Amino acid sequence: MPKRIDPDTETVTFTFEGQIIRARPGDTVASALAASGIRHLRDSAVSGEPRGIFCMMGACFDCLVEVNGQPNRQACMTPVSQDLAVNRQNGGVEVKV
Amino acid sequence: MTIVPARHTTPDLLIIGGGIHGCAAALFAAKRGMSVTVIEKDSVARHASGVNAGGVRRLGRDFAEVPISVRSMQIWHDIPDLLGEDCGFQIAPQIKLAENEDELASLRKRADDLAMLGFEHEVVLDRSRVRELLPAVADHVVGGLACLDDGFAQPFWTTTAFRRKAEHLGAVFVEGVRAERLVREAGDWIVATSAGSYRAPKVLISCGAWSGILAAQLDEPVPVHAIAPLMLVTSRLPAFCNAVVGATGRPLSFKQMPNGTVVIGGGRRGIAEPASNRSEILFSQLRLTADTAISLFPIMASATIIRTWSGIEGCMPDEIPVIGASRKHEGIFYSFGYSAHGFQLGPAVGELMAELASTGSTQTDLSKFSIDRFPSNQCQ
Amino acid sequence: MTRLKDVVIIGAGPAGMACAVEAAAKGLSTVVLDENPQPGGQVYRAIESASENRLRVLGHDYARGRELASEFRQSSGVDYHPGSTVWNIGPDRLVEFSRDGKSSAIRASHLVVATGAIERPCPLPGWTLPGVTTAGALQILLKTSGITYQDTVLTGSGPLLWLLAAQMVDAGSPPKAIVETVPRGRLFNALPELMTALGAREYLLKGMSMIRKVKRAGVRIHVGADDIAIEGSGAVSAIRFRSKGTEHRIATDAVALHQGVVPNQQVTRLLGCRHFWDDSQKCFRPKLSEDRETSCAHVYVAGDGGGIEGAKSAEMQGRLVGLAIAEKEGHGTDPRISELRLTLKREAHVRPFLEKLYAPSRQILHPDDATVICRCEEVTAGSVREAVTQGAPGPNQVKSFLRTGMGPCQGRICGLVVTSVISESGGKSPDDVDYYRIRPPLKPLPLAELADYSADIPGSRDTA
Repeated sequence: MPKRIDPDTETVTFTFEGQIIRARPGDTVASALAASGIRHLRDSAVSGEPRGIFCMMGACFDCLVEVNGQPNRQACMTPVSQDLAVNRQNGGVEVKV
Repeated sequence: MTIVPARHTTPDLLIIGGGIHGCAAALFAAKRGMSVTVIEKDSVARHASGVNAGGVRRLGRDFAEVPISVRSMQIWHDIPDLLGEDCGFQIAPQIKLAENEDELASLRKRADDLAMLGFEHEVVLDRSRVRELLPAVADHVVGGLACLDDGFAQPFWTTTAFRRKAEHLGAVFVEGVRAERLVREAGDWIVATSAGSYRAPKVLISCGAWSGILAAQLDEPVPVHAIAPLMLVTSRLPAFCNAVVGATGRPLSFKQMPNGTVVIGGGRRGIAEPASNRSEILFSQLRLTADTAISLFPIMASATIIRTWSGIEGCMPDEIPVIGASRKHEGIFYSFGYSAHGFQLGPAVGELMAELASTGSTQTDLSKFSIDRFPSNQCQ
Repeated sequence: MTRLKDVVIIGAGPAGMACAVEAAAKGLSTVVLDENPQPGGQVYRAIESASENRLRVLGHDYARGRELASEFRQSSGVDYHPGSTVWNIGPDRLVEFSRDGKSSAIRASHLVVATGAIERPCPLPGWTLPGVTTAGALQILLKTSGITYQDTVLTGSGPLLWLLAAQMVDAGSPPKAIVETVPRGRLFNALPELMTALGAREYLLKGMSMIRKVKRAGVRIHVGADDIAIEGSGAVSAIRFRSKGTEHRIATDAVALHQGVVPNQQVTRLLGCRHFWDDSQKCFRPKLSEDRETSCAHVYVAGDGGGIEGAKSAEMQGRLVGLAIAEKEGHGTDPRISELRLTLKREAHVRPFLEKLYAPSRQILHPDDATVICRCEEVTAGSVREAVTQGAPGPNQVKSFLRTGMGPCQGRICGLVVTSVISESGGKSPDDVDYYRIRPPLKPLPLAELADYSADIPGSRDTA
């Protein structure tokens, strides 16, 4: 289980799959989700297996999420900001044309 | 000068260059019972043949190429039977879009001209037919020209599959050996390489951008220059396009692969450095490709580029290849300078070169592809 | 006009910061492009904003990064661009990068690659499950957000594993267990190197005190572990392994992997710099001159991107490169150049011992056929071996066959494993097998951002 070692309070909120996530300034989307106990960030592109954070330094691209409608954003490289809309990424979405 | 080991000694045909043209010629020559050795300076399919966009296209070809292209398409449709592997080949429409009425008129004229020559494979698409085939196309597109049963394949897979089949029939492939000089000796050609010499009565020069050096040595200088067509591939997108799409007024080759990635190329060029095998991507050029793709398919505004690449290819001033026998030497054949559209032609030209090398002639008219078609002042 | 700068440095870790400070002090126009929002790199990540509590937990070696970061901040000549992702280096060192969703370019007279290290990939059964991370990831969570996981199992080997364990103890959430993969007898084999290592004995003493701290905290330590597999459906639920002839299974919802770190080769490979296989470090390194210039003129590597030597050496290498460039630019020979060279040699003394003791485990170097080695395209070690038997001589042909390295990580995670699997099955040395050709963009780039890119360079929109 994750825990925070500093006593500060969460002053930033954003949503993940519509759920409100409370974060601290300095968090990335990935760290805020980790602190909230959310581990499943996307489904892999080939088999659809669940994936979560892995390297936290922008190298592995396993934490790709959709941020404000933009797919393929690295959660670990995206600083949190108020009212971001983050969604789980999966390859199976039908395109509307 | 060392002569290389026995199994390579005096094949009927020595092929210089392990691209799709060299590999296909090797296969068809082997099918005719010839003994064949292919020497390749890098590895098979290392350059244009392995890294092109994979379009298998009759659409929009120079009229001189149409008969060969049509024959090649017949072979492509049977490729699993020929090679025992499907090479990722899929039949799919090739569509060239018209972005305004003038462009559409020029496409109509082309289809009419082609029909006059007896070819009916290119059909004009009106506004609504384009949208049936390409629901994601931009609103401003007014029509297009299509070959509905063209297609695409995996280039690296295809080229190496030709090699595997040729090897199965006895052809020998030697990689990492660069041809340096050709000398005539007692009715044979001696090819000096970076690793000993090879001897054969007949030699096919099909080494793309590097062919010009050998042709010049044989006193048949030809203005082939190296180009580096730029390509990019995106991350996976939901399926939205099953055709291979080009444009009339600006360079584009656009297709979504079965795995959802989108490969975009078509005409913009980087810097080719054939001497070092390197090519440089010019993003100042590639940005125009990105711009074209988004303006024709607005969904591409959310795509992400994963990789860009380019391969070194030989290009001719008139953008059609050199195909045929030498005009000066017995036993020398040429097949190069495909100017970034040789992949589809590979199977038919391979068949043709095998015919030419084994029988000395062919029914196909190759006069437009002759090596001596350029004035000598172009060849300096 | 495209901006031309004397020195462009990629990365603001210890090497990048130190290089910038020295180059700017000599009056060279100096730009630092860094992906993170603050200077520090991975080792001093979030150093400027870390709370006192975090500084205490992370220890002195982390806290000392504050001095360098403040020296960097106070260096007036440095043009620092945080949040900047370099995505290509074009002809003549045209550095193309993205910042706030917009791309632009700077041309560099001298380019310094200070992009550091990444963790060595640890392909194991189940390593793609959510809840499995690298050890470095847990450290980054601690540095940037003060997050620590309770009841984590750490597995693998190397100094960072023990450092993280000690930090977790200090953070009040000691790991549930350490599953160490160092085979029995390895320490004995590494003894010849220990004599040299004594030349840098403070590292050894620090290491021993970390291990003592973890043991005193009552953390269960399993040594000589092999046949590790991570279990779970949807997320990790347990780790299984064999140690001292006994099968073990530990239930856990967090597993952290570590097998040392390796140079991040993306930039030096993209540029076509010559590399060689370092069999002691079990990784490729760019070939460097004494002043750390690569085989490409005017391109330097400072820090772990040139070979793993740690944060202290990275800082000194950064200074050395900054001073060497200044010398080339006609600012005279600084006496510190020879001092730095000497100190760097002494600092390197501990490496051969650590490299031998903590060489990557059998499972990592030779993954089972069923183990996924390319996480993006989900390609197994077995299919790579099969491609080799079908005639793929190297990583680039395997890539064309199987799409390994073609996913969004662009080969960062599978590259070394693919080389090592091909080397093993094809009976060729890693140098002969070689590595992926790295193609731009260095990081995935939105197509729309490229369409809007207007670098004012020859061949740009005006002339096309």
